[in-house]
Amino acid sequence: MRLRWSWRGSDMDRRVLIGNIAISEAVKLARVDVISAYPITPQTIIVEKLAEMVDSGELNAKYIRVDSEHSALAAVYGASSGGSRVFTATSSHGLLYMYEMLWWVSNSRLPVVMAVVTRSIGPPWNIHTDHQDALTVRDSGWIIGFAENVEEAFDMTLQAYKISEDKRVLLPSIVALDGFILSHTAEPIDIPSQEDIDRWLPPREPLPFVMKPGEGFAVGNLGPDEVTMELRWYIWRAMERAKRVINEVDYEYKDITGRSYGGLTERYRVEDADYIVMGMGSWCGDIKEAIDMLRDEGYRVGLLRIRYIRPLPIQDIIKYGSRSKAVLVIDRAVSMGYGGVLAGEVASILRGRTPVKGVVAGLGGVDMRSEDFIDIIKRFIEEYELDLDINWLNTYWIMKDGGRG
Amino acid sequence: MEARYKILDIDLEGIEDIRRFREKLLSRPDKGSAGKTGTWRLYKPILYIDKCTRCGLCWLYCPDNVISWRQREIPEIDMEFCKGCGICGDVCPVDAIEMVLEGE
Repeated sequence: MRLRWSWRGSDMDRRVLIGNIAISEAVKLARVDVISAYPITPQTIIVEKLAEMVDSGELNAKYIRVDSEHSALAAVYGASSGGSRVFTATSSHGLLYMYEMLWWVSNSRLPVVMAVVTRSIGPPWNIHTDHQDALTVRDSGWIIGFAENVEEAFDMTLQAYKISEDKRVLLPSIVALDGFILSHTAEPIDIPSQEDIDRWLPPREPLPFVMKPGEGFAVGNLGPDEVTMELRWYIWRAMERAKRVINEVDYEYKDITGRSYGGLTERYRVEDADYIVMGMGSWCGDIKEAIDMLRDEGYRVGLLRIRYIRPLPIQDIIKYGSRSKAVLVIDRAVSMGYGGVLAGEVASILRGRTPVKGVVAGLGGVDMRSEDFIDIIKRFIEEYELDLDINWLNTYWIMKDGGRG
Repeated sequence: MEARYKILDIDLEGIEDIRRFREKLLSRPDKGSAGKTGTWRLYKPILYIDKCTRCGLCWLYCPDNVISWRQREIPEIDMEFCKGCGICGDVCPVDAIEMVLEGE
């Protein structure tokens, strides 16, 4: 289905696309120069589609075929050092295989953009979503965003180039989208025109550095220990500035598409909420539905959707977390021996302000529906109202029967 | 060394940060760009001028480029950067270079 319409004079192309194709359309609109990737379910379609685009001449880019994910990121690292705008994509074990190169990219501050179609990590082999893979690289200095739907995954990819290449930031970005739930599910999406994107996203500037033939220098040579610490300090500062840039870019993107998500977080019915739910990714759609139904029953709940876990929206978490009675964090990833990954972060921020309860659910793609969230949220509120003495971080596992007998 | 505690005085444009970042991340080939590597040395090369045939093999083999030599001249070893690997002594065809433990 195709439908053309216009937003404040901007041409929009309405199409029904699965998440993976939407990402490749965004990459095409960003006019990337070099793509390198290795196939892995559920990401493969993104780079398959891009390979087709390069082959047909629709996208004027160099496509480097490699033997592994480690090489894929190494290839785009090199291309990005040479001044190109680059893209790669991966999932699960592929991301883990890239782990070393991730640090080369972020510690060199190259504005690489990567789609991570989230998938559970084996064993047991499982191709369905949880956020464990993307959160494994949480501390690497990459900006990490989680999309809620296909259109947002598309927008986040385009915005990632603008954010990463901003000279206040110059850090790589990961756009995480839930495997199959977003990557293989078709949704209507309004695609802005190439002219509008070209105007908004100019070609990459030669920053932070560009390697050229005939100019000899080494990147990250051995040096005094103090140099390492100083370079980390600049990355830290860039990450702090990124919070502001992400909000700005999200706001100005509205001019082209009419879409804006609220920057680092999306606030859903939080203004008068007694209880705040926090979460990331596609199931936030189901949580919103649950919140609507609970509101009809008289429960005053709201959702603070964490769009970016790095940089973490600390201010928003404090602002909305501390004005509520208690906070429930629903995680699709777990830090063994502590709790849900996001729950741990939120609890550390709200310590001494608001009790936080963490729920770990949906690992390995276990299906969570809005009815499940209604149960979880109701139980959380009841428990809080019965016993005010909630520990700072309680973690509960939501288990479902099924599978092997 | 005096420790400096840095507070969050973020330069909002980041231009100065990028300049300094680039300065520290990138390095250009230069004498002593990795510091005075001569301090790494355990054994130092001693050159016996009377034995030396001025063949230049030590100059050719030195992996750190610290031996300077021109044809028909006695080679000179820059002890500020010589790491004491002993390759020069090993390749010298007339044993004119001996490796001696530092401090002896």
